[in-house]
Amino acid sequence: MTDAAMPPTGPPPGGVADIRRPTIAHAHLRRRYAAERRFKLYGLASIAVAGLVLLLLIGSIVSKGYSAFWQYYVQIDITFAAEELNPNGGQVEDTTVRSADYLKLVRDGLKHAFPDATKSRRDRRALYGLVSANSDVVLRNMVLDDPSIIGTTRNVWLKLSDDMDTFAKGNIKRNLPESDRRVSDQEIGWYDILASQDRITARFNIDLFRNGDSREPEEAGIYGALIGSILTLTVTLLVSFPIGVMTAVYLEEFAPKNRWTDLIEVNINNLAAVPSIVFGLLGLAVFLNFFGLPRSAPLVGGLVLALMTLPTIIITARSALKAVPPSIREAALGLGASPLQVVAHHVLPLAMPGVLTGTIIGMAQALGETAPLLMIGMVAFIVDVPQGFTDPATVLPVQIYIWADSPERAFVERTSAAIMILLGFLVLMNLVAVVLRRKFERRW
Amino acid sequence: MQTLILIGAVLGLGLIGYVMGRARSLIIANNTVKNLHSLPSYYGAYVALWAGLPGLALLAAWLIIQPQIVEGLVMGGLPAALTADLSGAQRGLLLHDIVNLATGNISTRGNEPAIVAAAERYNDLRHFGFMLMTVAALAITISGLIVARAKITPTMRARNSVEKAINAILIVSSLIAVLTTLGIVLSLIFESIRFFAQVPFQDFLFGMDWSPQTALRADQVGSSGAFGAVPLFAGTLLITVIAMLVAAPIGLMSAIYMAEYADPRVRAVAKPMLEVLAGIPTVVYGFFAALTVAPFFRGFGESIGLDVSSESALAAGVVMGIMIIPFVSSLSDDVINAVPQSLRDGSYGLGATHSETIRNVVIPAALPGIVSALLLAVSRAIGETMIVVMAAGLSANLTINPLEAVTTVTVQIVTLLVGDQEFDSAKTLSAFALGLTLFVITLGLNVIALVVVRKYREKYD
Repeated sequence: MTDAAMPPTGPPPGGVADIRRPTIAHAHLRRRYAAERRFKLYGLASIAVAGLVLLLLIGSIVSKGYSAFWQYYVQIDITFAAEELNPNGGQVEDTTVRSADYLKLVRDGLKHAFPDATKSRRDRRALYGLVSANSDVVLRNMVLDDPSIIGTTRNVWLKLSDDMDTFAKGNIKRNLPESDRRVSDQEIGWYDILASQDRITARFNIDLFRNGDSREPEEAGIYGALIGSILTLTVTLLVSFPIGVMTAVYLEEFAPKNRWTDLIEVNINNLAAVPSIVFGLLGLAVFLNFFGLPRSAPLVGGLVLALMTLPTIIITARSALKAVPPSIREAALGLGASPLQVVAHHVLPLAMPGVLTGTIIGMAQALGETAPLLMIGMVAFIVDVPQGFTDPATVLPVQIYIWADSPERAFVERTSAAIMILLGFLVLMNLVAVVLRRKFERRW
Repeated sequence: MQTLILIGAVLGLGLIGYVMGRARSLIIANNTVKNLHSLPSYYGAYVALWAGLPGLALLAAWLIIQPQIVEGLVMGGLPAALTADLSGAQRGLLLHDIVNLATGNISTRGNEPAIVAAAERYNDLRHFGFMLMTVAALAITISGLIVARAKITPTMRARNSVEKAINAILIVSSLIAVLTTLGIVLSLIFESIRFFAQVPFQDFLFGMDWSPQTALRADQVGSSGAFGAVPLFAGTLLITVIAMLVAAPIGLMSAIYMAEYADPRVRAVAKPMLEVLAGIPTVVYGFFAALTVAPFFRGFGESIGLDVSSESALAAGVVMGIMIIPFVSSLSDDVINAVPQSLRDGSYGLGATHSETIRNVVIPAALPGIVSALLLAVSRAIGETMIVVMAAGLSANLTINPLEAVTTVTVQIVTLLVGDQEFDSAKTLSAFALGLTLFVITLGLNVIALVVVRKYREKYD
């Protein structure tokens, strides 16, 4: 039995200690306990702040971006006038159909819907601005698909222009003074009339996923950037994975311990801490100016990102190799395997889950990287979807950067939506890494 | 694309070589593996290496050298009158025009017959070069295959040769990292030397005025441009200090809480949360800073009567600090966990409370590691680009007021180099001088962090 377990005996009767203990020592102890609680609270508060900021960040992006996943359409009666599309009569000719003035059809349709709004040029321009500037292309494609609609009047759903779309989503408030909003009272009046006639509807914004970039927010999509990202990451993976694994294998399994290998090790650790923009400068000076590779190409972007993710892959691959117990190596050596066979047949396969986890994490970093790609020209405005490794392309994070810089109000929600998609991919990649680790990781 | 097909063809031939070598070894061994020195797959690999490696090496060398030769030939073939009194940059522009014309892009000089002829010559040469490369690569690959296959005998030490070759490949790949560093250092230094030939070194490092422009005409107003980088350094420092004021206490305290207090349930939530914070791309933080945090600070400042710039250093710095929190906390977490339990137990035994133990025993013991973690965080903040590009200002402003807009080294590098550049103006080259400064500073911080840990680490075992 120890002293601590004995029942408290109380202060010894009489003496100096009897007087001092309750007053000073207890107060001191209280202060110390209060300090203890405060300290603990600081720690908890720090974590709470970090969590709160994360929630705020995600919350602000989701609340700004969720509305980009649909798009408002307006139904307009369009007369596919025969005198415009097939002036000569008879067989419909492809060339006249292609070169016809579809903008006029759109405008006629709008004028027909609001006959009283056509008095002044300003009114007319405002009226024409209700629908997307791309509406003529939609009509042309309709006619090209089905020439028999020439001469008829159809109900066509056209996209609202970006400002009207933003208004319809409630991102431009009605109660603002007219001079402070991009939508005039007149336009709101038209919108209300159309809405009361059930001529306004919201649809899933599929163009966000299948279009390239565009100056018109309602036409802009991330498909081009997504393909660019995939092409770039393919190059990155093809370059950095083999080189990274081979380097890790060499340094961990074969390299003699001498000054040279020390140098390589220090070098790799330093490379991991070099700011990413410096890799961009390297790409600009070496790949573009020295080797003369094409600007804005996924090939160059992939190479730059590969050099950047190389340290990550090497470091994680080395720790995965280190985790394989020496007994495995010794057993294989004892059975007559050569050192290379030991590594190739036993150590590397056992370390593979860890290596792959590190590679996926490195790829996720590369997917989110922006700064070095700005240096090598992947920030250009590119409408076309890239077809190959040397086509001009951009990538998702750079697309986000470009859209974030655009003045149109409607690009804000699209930027946020693109961020949500990017974060979705990152979460997916990290989940795969976690699952891989959980499923295949072995404890020795 | 054609090049890719060619590379694929060489690799395919290597694969064929593997199959052939393997089959050959079995035939000469009468289908009895024990008659061979090595396993049949090693004979296959031997042939494959002989076939593939020379071919790929040739392709790589050719692809690097050919453009230089072709360009030299094209420029040499131009009429002397065109190239006689051109500077290096003008030659570059002329070549650019020719290449543009040759690849079917719009060129400003498409109407000059000499240029058009040169463009045609360029295309012909490239085409010819490609044909030659294809023939050479395929010939060397196939001959390598045949020679290696003929060399196969039952006593040939195929495994040893293959392992030697693979060892060499491993060494080469581990040199790539060194080459990368070398490439960074050399490219930064070369371009910086060209910059310092135009702008004196001390003007750059100690000049108080930054307005990077080069004049089109000599008599233009402000034609000289000023390349004094002090305002950029000051702006970078200001934003870094703000970031560290946010990240250091929050990161450190959350690391202490996670390592010392948190029960497994809190850890299970907090650790992934910090990892998510660490995994968010910086462009997202930049967007957050520019569209949420900066307007908030501005509005808040207005409401209490302060004039806050919409690109204030405060917004960029705070968001950068948030970005660095997980970095600080995960590094410090490791360091704190490495402090042996016996130290804590000794402190408890003397009657210290938990927080007293942390403050007086654990943190002093972990201090070298914590200092190095903070230094690494500073180096990261200095090199961070996207947040400041999107949320900080562009004009060089020498101030320590965090409510004003400042610019940083990385912002200037991006603004100087995005878009088309001419590669001999001081304006473009100054970006490389800034990059070199950035590289030296971050490298220095990393080295100091390493030295701090090595020199002051307490060894407990």
